[in-house]
Amino acid sequence: MSPILEVQNLVKKFGDLTAVDGVSFDIQEGEVFSLLGPNGAGKTTTISMLSCLLEPTSGDAVIAGHSVTRDALEVKGVIGVVPQEIALYEELSARENLTFWGQMYGLGGNALKTRVNEVLEQIGLVDRAKDKIKTYSGGMKRRVNIGVGLLHKPRLLFMDEPTVGIDPQSRRSILDSVKDLNKAGMTVLYTTHYMEEAEELSHRVGIVDQGKMIAIGTQKELTQLVGENETLRLHTGENVDVQPLMDALKELPYVIHVSASDNMVVLIVPEADDALPPVLGKADRLGYKIRSVDIQEPNLEAVFLKLTGKALRD
Amino acid sequence: MKKILQIGWKDLRVIFRDRAALILMLLAPFAMTVGMGLVTGALSSSGGGLSQVPVVVVNLDQSTLGNALVEVLKSPELSKLLVVEENNDVTAARALLDADQTAAVVIIPVGFTASVIPQDGQAISADAQIEIYKNPSRTISTGVVQSIVESFLNEVETGRIGGQVAVAQLLASGLVPQQQAVQVGMQIGTRLANERGNLQTLILNTRQASVSEAPSFLMYIAPGFALLFLMYTVSLGGKTLLTERQEGTLTRLMTTPTGPSQVLVGKMAGTYMLGLAQMTILITASALLLGLRWGDPLAMVILLLTTVAAATGWGMLLAAFSRTPGQVSSIGMAMTLLFGLVGGSFFGGVMPGVIGYIGMLTPNYWGQKGFNTLANGGNMQDLLPVYAATLVMAAILLVISIFIFRRKGLLQK
Repeated sequence: MSPILEVQNLVKKFGDLTAVDGVSFDIQEGEVFSLLGPNGAGKTTTISMLSCLLEPTSGDAVIAGHSVTRDALEVKGVIGVVPQEIALYEELSARENLTFWGQMYGLGGNALKTRVNEVLEQIGLVDRAKDKIKTYSGGMKRRVNIGVGLLHKPRLLFMDEPTVGIDPQSRRSILDSVKDLNKAGMTVLYTTHYMEEAEELSHRVGIVDQGKMIAIGTQKELTQLVGENETLRLHTGENVDVQPLMDALKELPYVIHVSASDNMVVLIVPEADDALPPVLGKADRLGYKIRSVDIQEPNLEAVFLKLTGKALRD
Repeated sequence: MKKILQIGWKDLRVIFRDRAALILMLLAPFAMTVGMGLVTGALSSSGGGLSQVPVVVVNLDQSTLGNALVEVLKSPELSKLLVVEENNDVTAARALLDADQTAAVVIIPVGFTASVIPQDGQAISADAQIEIYKNPSRTISTGVVQSIVESFLNEVETGRIGGQVAVAQLLASGLVPQQQAVQVGMQIGTRLANERGNLQTLILNTRQASVSEAPSFLMYIAPGFALLFLMYTVSLGGKTLLTERQEGTLTRLMTTPTGPSQVLVGKMAGTYMLGLAQMTILITASALLLGLRWGDPLAMVILLLTTVAAATGWGMLLAAFSRTPGQVSSIGMAMTLLFGLVGGSFFGGVMPGVIGYIGMLTPNYWGQKGFNTLANGGNMQDLLPVYAATLVMAAILLVISIFIFRRKGLLQK
């Protein structure tokens, strides 16, 4: 089976800055594929090129047989885009918004009315359909924002960090809706900097950093990159110089990797239970007060840490 | 084409739900027109001309010419133009005017007839002048009354001179003896004063002058204010483009199977439709509520279409040069006021001198010129230069705007 999306050595430069640096990957029909990376990694720029909003400096991508550089209108008919920011008309109601965007996707007449009703049902806003968007909560706006991307039943849906800045309940609702869409057969390209979202939703994950694709695979394939190692986080509190502690911990034989992030020292160790007593003893001897300790089994963050030398939230 | 209209229609709906914008687009120009109408007294007349002007006549003369003037003012021919009330008390009549109950008080003094025509062998008495006490808030109405009275006096003067000449000739030819000269002269004068044919000529002339040659002041200021706020409206239309860019809906539009030129022309169509809607509402409202007659309907519709197109061009150019919606708002307001000033919108006419020439760069100038031509009975042919100027202006400005939009990459591929 041929992939619905094939990205071939995509490059985007803004002056001297290379935002996307030779990214290649593909997505199979029916798959949820996540681009995981910190802010500024080049995820949105990649989505923008795939949505035909930005012209690639070099390289190309083929979506359902259409090139994003040559067949923009055909590509736009196949894809649906849910942007990071809410892009709706606040003075119009949900129904009016959906109707307008449906028209922009070429729908009309009864087909449009039916589809708008279906989407309203899908996003659970039938009762509030006539209310202006400006009267909605942030979570409800997010749902309409997603609904717009579904109107024309796209074969491939791009969702660019759709859970940024929303409450946990709305976030859960969005993650569930992505799973439901995928169950219904929709292919999804999802970008996020939340490791948990990528782990929960994706069949495969592409890890990006500084414009480059540094690893691609299923969660299992990626975690194998760090072996069976576990992640140990030591919370040190604010404004603490952790460099002496990091230097001391690096000398311990069973510590594979040490980094610092958000008032924490992060260690990759083969077995957290064995490593914890000598690590805490070292910290105590150096005069550090460790406020709390987290232990995590192998995950994508550990992969990112190993591949880039920094935590995902840096 | 369908998508262009859908984008335009969406813009129209979005802006028509913004109460603040509606106040500035529709209420402000209408309120300013009504306000100016009240200040100038132009609202005391309706229908674009004058009718039912209230006049009080105080006839203290009670003689031939005084009665003749009252008869003229109350004649059936002037009954639609004037509502005449007789009053014998000068003080009471002035009080009525001071209370704005009437447009003018015509006071015919005692001995007015005697001051013109010698009575029973007596010499002509000292001058007794008719006084018109005017209402300062009803300048046009009082002007009409004054012109009727002046015309009457001219006829009387003509009669008096005619009588003197006739008597002098009769005396010189010996047809009338010296002792009957005064009596003959009085008979000629009286006959002339009572001559209905002359008065009817006077009435017709006056009526024609008031309706056709002097349109209500509102006919100038109403389009002036509408054009002034049209410039605000088109800047609002241009602003929506940058607002959409800022809020992400423009980018989202570009992810749909809609071409960049469709989006841009759709936004222009929205601004154009907005301007047309505003002008149509204002014109209809002023016709229905203020009784203004805007002249040849077809010529006016074409004038609207071309003037709004030129204004849309300025709105788009403003959006093309601006970086943020806030910039469009502030520069747009400055443009509205500046164009209104040099284009004559504040005065309902064309500015004199160099400013007038600069004003030719504005839609206000050409629109005002067009509406003034229509108010004075002009037709489509008279408006051809206005149509041409506004269309050329629209074309040039829109081409420049599209060039700048493309250059700035406002609409990415």
